[in-house]
This record gives sequence, structure tokens and C-alpha cells, in this order.
Amino acid sequence: MRIKEHPILTFPEKEKIWFSYNGENVFGFSGDTIAAALHALGVMTLSHSLEMKRPRGFYCAIGNCASCNMIVDGIPNVRTCVTQLKEGMVVITQTNKGELYDI
Amino acid sequence: MIYKDLVIIGGGPSGLSAAKIAAEAGVSCLIIERDPFLGGQLVKQTHMFFGSKKQYAKTRGIDIAKILIDDCLKYQDLIEIMTDTTVVGLYKDKVITTLHDDTYKKIKAKTIIVATGASEKFLAFENNDLPGVYGAGAVQTLMNVYGVKPADKVIMVGSGNIGLIVSYQLHQAGVNVLKVIEAASNIGGYKVHASKIRRIGIPIETNKTIKRAIGKEKVEKVEIVSLDKNWNIINDSSEIFDVDAVCISVGLSPLGNLLSMIDVKMKFIKELGGLVPIINEYHQTSDDNIYVCGDVSGVEEASSAIVEGYYTGLIAAKNLGKKHKNFQDLSLEFKEQLANLRSGPFGKKTLEGLEIMKEDTNAK
Repeated sequence: MRIKEHPILTFPEKEKIWFSYNGENVFGFSGDTIAAALHALGVMTLSHSLEMKRPRGFYCAIGNCASCNMIVDGIPNVRTCVTQLKEGMVVITQTNKGELYDI
Repeated sequence: MIYKDLVIIGGGPSGLSAAKIAAEAGVSCLIIERDPFLGGQLVKQTHMFFGSKKQYAKTRGIDIAKILIDDCLKYQDLIEIMTDTTVVGLYKDKVITTLHDDTYKKIKAKTIIVATGASEKFLAFENNDLPGVYGAGAVQTLMNVYGVKPADKVIMVGSGNIGLIVSYQLHQAGVNVLKVIEAASNIGGYKVHASKIRRIGIPIETNKTIKRAIGKEKVEKVEIVSLDKNWNIINDSSEIFDVDAVCISVGLSPLGNLLSMIDVKMKFIKELGGLVPIINEYHQTSDDNIYVCGDVSGVEEASSAIVEGYYTGLIAAKNLGKKHKNFQDLSLEFKEQLANLRSGPFGKKTLEGLEIMKEDTNAK
């Protein structure tokens, strides 16, 4: 959910950025990180623990804790809390360590 | 390979201040920042700062960030900025590996200032990995930078300044903060922040901690327990609350991982927040050409990080052969400002930590 009223800050309407989340077409706004856009859409589970596959969400927001790692445009372990959303990105929930890919 | 005189790792308050002074002295430098923007954690701090005018007291953190960034932008010919770029490797011969847009680059520096800041500490309790257990600072980023409401109903764990300030800001964002709990018997942060949140009806309850989060896919409830003088759980003190998030605000630890890669001397000094590099009075590590400033060398407030940045930039520039025209006056001035910032009761811990560090610096 987006904040609409705030005593100090203003959040002017920004350009919509469409992207794909687990196959579904959704949108965030220009300036969002992937994690922020997903959180605004109500998505709290971003990754899963490697052994027990427990759901993991946002934690540090500074690109440090790896709790928000997702597969973005085919690349695993992308720190979605510091990666800016771009038009047409394909974002997929990661459930393993991530697989090596061809560049 | 890219060659640089001075590379500053971290574009927060300390790194920006170091760059500004170094550029003022005539040194060309590069700032590397892993976030998409500069300013570090100031960009979400909507509250006004304390201290004296020199450290931008009565100015909001978000505005201080703008001032510091503008200061650097004035030196466009001398200060190069790389955002959205992570330093993934640091080597003893001052080679830095960066990652940006899926591409690695190598940069060789004569001098490096590490200003990587600190990260939020975590707390051990059952189900602490459930989505909805968030760092208080992270929640502050979500709402104040991105305008996203982090949750509807939260409990704040920890009553240091971050816990108190973020509780107030959660309230401003329309989030219901049920209470702030604190395991110690005293409130950790400034009284003025505590009074402010009590006035808006958020209770601060001491001698209480979180025992577990309850939920399947995300936090649905939390169990809070009371602690006795020895921090043992009091029987039958359990209370369960419906919340959709828990914010953890139990302090910060210095982010010195890069320094560990190059074997500079480190030491665990709890008064400074954890594992920190051993530095001398010039903010030099055990490698003379690697400097540190800000929270990475001891967790304090942004005001101190700014002044440490100025001081370190000044010294690094001098050692690169570019002595600032006001070197003498400025170096005294910054030292005095740091001493002032640490003179209150909240600076006591830092001073104790620095004393412990001195023993190692002298032994070097």
C-alpha cells in the first residue's frame, strides 16, 4: 500500500513501470526498487531459505542481508532492495541457491 | 584497469564529507555507492538533527543529505560518482573490484577511504525469519524513501534513538504502533524522542522482550514476555498481540567486511559496536593508505560521521600531496567538533571504546 498523506513528505504521482512478477503483469512507480514495488503490491515473501524453504522477506534494505534475493531477468541472487525497477523486468521468486547462467 | 588517486567507498554522510574536503584541497576522487542514490541513511531521516549549527542541527536528515550531495556536485571536475555500484573485492595492492549492471571493473587507487557505515543488528527469537520481521531502519527506508506503508500494526523492539524515531515516523505514515518494548530497565534513546512518542499515545514498556513471532507465511502475532533484573523470563508474563510486523531496533554493527579482505588490523570493541579496524588519530588503519571514517570505525550518529569524514578527507588529501589551504585551522576545528559531539552522556561509550583502541594503536 502506498502512503498518500504525510505531514512532512510528499509523494507525487510518478510514471508507472510495468514488470512481470512470477508471470503476472504488475506495476510499480519510477524510482522504486523491486522490493519496494513488490511490498506496495502486498508481496511479503521474496525468497526462501535454502534447506527448509521457509518464506523470507525484506529485512535490511541496504543490500546486505540477502533476505530479498530474487531472480531478475534470469539472473539469480539479485538484491531487490537496492535494485531499481525497470520497465519489462521479469522478477521470479527464488527457492534455491541460484543456478549459473550463460552471459 | 582504472587509476585513481583517491577512492571513497560509501556515499553516505561520511564519504560525501570526505570527498568534499579532499576536492577542496585539489584531490580528484571517486565515490562508489551501492544504492541507486547518494546520501546513505540520511535520505530517510525526516527528523531534525540535534547538536550544534556546524553539524546542521535543526535541519532534517533528508535536507542534510541534499546539502552534502550539492557540496560534492560543485566539484564535478574533481569528484566522480558511481552509484548502483557495489565493491565486491578489495586487495592489498589497493585494487578494488566493482560490480555494476552485471559488469565487473577493476580500479587501482593510491589511497582508499572506507566509509561503508553500519548495518542493523538482528535478534534471536523463534520465527525471526518470517516476512514481517523487519529492521527498523529498513522500514524507515520503505516508508520515507519509497512512500510504501510497511504494515498496519507493529510492535517496535528496542528503545534506542532509531527505535523511538522510527516509531514516531511509523505513526506519521499512518501505521498503528502498539508499543515499544525494551529489554533493559531504562529507555535507550534521548528523552526528547521518548516523550514525543509517549505524547502521541505509544507506550514504552521496559523489562520486556519478544519471545517469538507467530504465523505461517508471515507475522500474524507476537509473544512478548517480561524480564527480571537478571534478564530471565518471568513465569506467566506472556502476552500475545495481533500485529502484521515487528521492527527490530537493537543497535548497529560496523560494516567492515571489506577491511577484513585486506588483513588490516581489526578488533572487537563492544563500545564501538563490534568488530572495528584499529586506527590512529589520523583515521589511518594498519595500512597507511587505507583510511576509515563514519560508523565503520565505531557506531555513532550521522553528525559525528560527517565531521569524521571532513577530518579524514583533509588528512588523506595532505598525504596525497595536496595540503588544504586551511589545513591547520580545519584540522583543529574538526577535532574540537568531534570532542564536543562526544562530550555528553551518550558519547561516553564512544570515548571508552576509543581509549581501548588507543592501547592497540600505541602497541603497533
